[in-house]
Amino acid sequence: MTTKRSITVTVNGQQHQTEVEPRMLLVHYLREVLDLTGTHIGCNTSQCGACVVMLNGEAIKSCTVLAVQADGGEVLTIEGLAPEGGLHPIQEGFWEKHGLQCGFCTPGMIMASYQLLKNNPHPTETEIRRGLEGNICRCTGYQNIVKAVQDASERMSTSAETPVPAGD
Amino acid sequence: MGIAAMLGTPVKRREDPRLITGQATYVDDIKLLGMLHMTVLRSPYGHARINTINTDAARQLPGVVAVYTAQDIKGTVGNIPVAAPLPPHITSGMGRRLPLAEEKVRFYGDPVAIVIAENRYIARDALDLIDVDYEPLPVAIDVEKAMQPDSPILYEEFKTNVATSMHPSSEQIDKIFADTVANGGVIVKERFVNQRLAPSPMETRGVVAEYRKSDKALSLWSSSQIPHLLRNYLAIQLGLEQNQVRVIVPEVGGGFGCKLNIYPEEALASFAAMKTGRPVKWIEDRDENLAATIHGRDQVNYLEAAATRDGKVVGLKFHVISDMGSYLQFFTDVIAIAFTLPMLSGCYDIPNIYSSCDTVFTNKAPTDAYRGAGRPEATYMVERAMDVIANELKRDPAEIRLLNFVQPEQFPHTMATGALYDSGNYGAALEKALDIIAYDKLREEQKQKRAQGKLMGIGISSYVEMCGIGPKGTTPFGLYESARVRIEQSGTVIVYTGTSPHGQGEETTFAQIVGNALSIPQEKVLVLHGDTDSTPEGRGTYGSRTTSVGGSAVFQATERLKEKMKTIAASMLEASASDIELEDEKFTVAGSPQKSVPFKKVAAAANTSNTLPPGIEPGLETTVFFEPEACTFPFGTHICVVEVDQDTGEPEITRYVAVDDCGKQLNPLIVAGQVHGGIAQGVGQAMYEEVVYNEDGQLLTSTFMDYAMPIAPELPHFELGHTVTPTNVNPLGVKGVGEAGTIGSTPAVAAAIADALGVAHIDMPLKSEKLWRIIHKQ
Repeated sequence: MTTKRSITVTVNGQQHQTEVEPRMLLVHYLREVLDLTGTHIGCNTSQCGACVVMLNGEAIKSCTVLAVQADGGEVLTIEGLAPEGGLHPIQEGFWEKHGLQCGFCTPGMIMASYQLLKNNPHPTETEIRRGLEGNICRCTGYQNIVKAVQDASERMSTSAETPVPAGD
Repeated sequence: MGIAAMLGTPVKRREDPRLITGQATYVDDIKLLGMLHMTVLRSPYGHARINTINTDAARQLPGVVAVYTAQDIKGTVGNIPVAAPLPPHITSGMGRRLPLAEEKVRFYGDPVAIVIAENRYIARDALDLIDVDYEPLPVAIDVEKAMQPDSPILYEEFKTNVATSMHPSSEQIDKIFADTVANGGVIVKERFVNQRLAPSPMETRGVVAEYRKSDKALSLWSSSQIPHLLRNYLAIQLGLEQNQVRVIVPEVGGGFGCKLNIYPEEALASFAAMKTGRPVKWIEDRDENLAATIHGRDQVNYLEAAATRDGKVVGLKFHVISDMGSYLQFFTDVIAIAFTLPMLSGCYDIPNIYSSCDTVFTNKAPTDAYRGAGRPEATYMVERAMDVIANELKRDPAEIRLLNFVQPEQFPHTMATGALYDSGNYGAALEKALDIIAYDKLREEQKQKRAQGKLMGIGISSYVEMCGIGPKGTTPFGLYESARVRIEQSGTVIVYTGTSPHGQGEETTFAQIVGNALSIPQEKVLVLHGDTDSTPEGRGTYGSRTTSVGGSAVFQATERLKEKMKTIAASMLEASASDIELEDEKFTVAGSPQKSVPFKKVAAAANTSNTLPPGIEPGLETTVFFEPEACTFPFGTHICVVEVDQDTGEPEITRYVAVDDCGKQLNPLIVAGQVHGGIAQGVGQAMYEEVVYNEDGQLLTSTFMDYAMPIAPELPHFELGHTVTPTNVNPLGVKGVGEAGTIGSTPAVAAAIADALGVAHIDMPLKSEKLWRIIHKQ
């Protein structure tokens, strides 16, 4: 076995120091070491986006990033998006507009939408569709996901207090 | 929202809060103490003899607990179950297999050995240390070549790859065709390839097995659509009693039919847990999912159609070849026979339908149910036939359809295929779709665009499908559905359903059914599913049957309890039960609104029992098994508009209108979602998706890099409309909508692209390269 490496990662505002194999994927680190199972694995080859999390403020596909690459960094996952017990406006949008069915792609889709709205708070439908082209949903046909992001965009522009969690 | 208006309203899904916050538990989220991980070694060949397997090095890798091959499981683990084995070959072993290949592998991805290790990384490492000596054999990949006598044979003892061959005499249909020609009519012929697809739910398959040796108790968590069927067949495979096996289906990340199956890994993980005494988890990688989970469709079909000069179709003649792949999974052998053949008249009143059918083994993954399961293939053939006829007669495709539809007053109607259609109004759905899209104006626009050299096309598809299976006798195990409903002392309700959702939102819909029937807020109703120890025996979720069959069981159980509550309320109000009404959470004496008792009080009286009148059994709990007497036939019309880029051949859907009729809509939000997703998958088949094997049997589409499903920018905004034609097949008047979009959309897109290019037919998937070659005659 390869020698383990010690990494320090801040996830959803909480710092963790862990010994990991250098080959361990970030998504396995989040899911199996930290028990944050909200981030999913859909394709293993970075096409589907079910594993999208924010690393140092940018959306990444955590199935093709090594845990050691996150050493010293800050990660935001679906579990840390909203304050305890509450919903982020994007989560509210997905619920309100029926933007999910089986829910498996949803955490990644929400995190990708988070990145999209951070860079472009008022996207057009075309911009939303292009912005989410790295995420595959097999259930919804994307129409209600577009509506969910539009809804979130409106909520976020009318709400002065959009939660800005740590890690971003 | 008024309680009375609860059914038919767009109630937000109660499932969502756990799903949008990452708190849902899918099978890979389950972690048990001492849990081991399983990986599967799979065949790199499409067809090969296994000479030897050496597992010594793998066993010696630190962290590996066990390695098993077919030799280890033989005699302990039974064959993969088949729902409805067809005689003669299949019952004598053709297409049957152990969960691990013995002697021969028959497709790329065929399981050969399993490794059980302390973690998934070690389990994966150990696969590379297993040495299998294969002797590669020639492969049968092309289904029509596989039917030839000189083809390599998958099951040598049967001397053919053809499992069933149904070729009734065609004398009668041939005469009708000859008469049609003699009378000045037309005959059109076409060959259609309905390509092989990968269902590709975003969550792959996965299982966790745990075994308690002391009392032979096996618990299996599986990402499945059929907990009870899985439990029953797994017990047989493992030699356990049914009540020693508990199947738990946690949150499921999509199924689309591919989890309506009993797979090798379910028995293998169970076997490993029984042997090692420790829980075993297996999570399928995507490349395994694309290689070894069932595929869908894969038919080659021949059509001949006879029509009069004025467009009346007088006969259709079909030859259906079903490529079953290498082995029989649960419904592999019956998809074409039971679901394609009965639907070959589509929405049309065609007096003569002839079909012949061959089901054939090839060196590919098994095919089985994928969203629509046999019905999309039928609809595609019939709808393409209508277009080819319209093209031949230079008539508008809408006009040809309207001319041939079964008329509303003809229902219930037995088609020439033998299928009994419950109800329908096909003309109304088509007219509505034409209206929404402003069809005449659109054809004008098309003329203008063509004049400018632009390739605009319009495609119409009027579909009908068969849902809500039952009835009795359709499968050896019965196709009923069940519900146990319990009204508790506090007035809250628990529903235990035998169905098993994987994204359909049935917790919400079922709560609406119960809330509406009991006039209580739907929030007071809890819906539980997926655990065979607590839910009544059910058949699972597939075939768009959950609401029509499972929902009807929920409805009838609730009504039964409501009647009991009325009797109790009558005694409390000193009135006759027949005078008691239930509204706004109160039981009231008809005509005397001041005489009432709250729902909660009656629930408390029933459950505490002391004040119940003599003769009334305490408690409010009942179980209903609902078995439909017939199937339902949802229908609709989809219209697709495309523009194909002259220079690149790239097609773009510019408008998409869908008018669907699924009977009564209990939750229009969920119905629309099902239609959207269904259309997306149907568009996927028409434009992008195709499982490809090369001539050596190697799978070329083994990642999402190569198996292309639609992404957001590739799909348009869908414009939906609906008509409502209730059915009397079930008490809710619902027909089913889970597969409608997929069935309706594929022919509409295919027709639009063919129309854009001015040709009668192009085989799918309609990728830009193929279209560019047609445009540029390359």
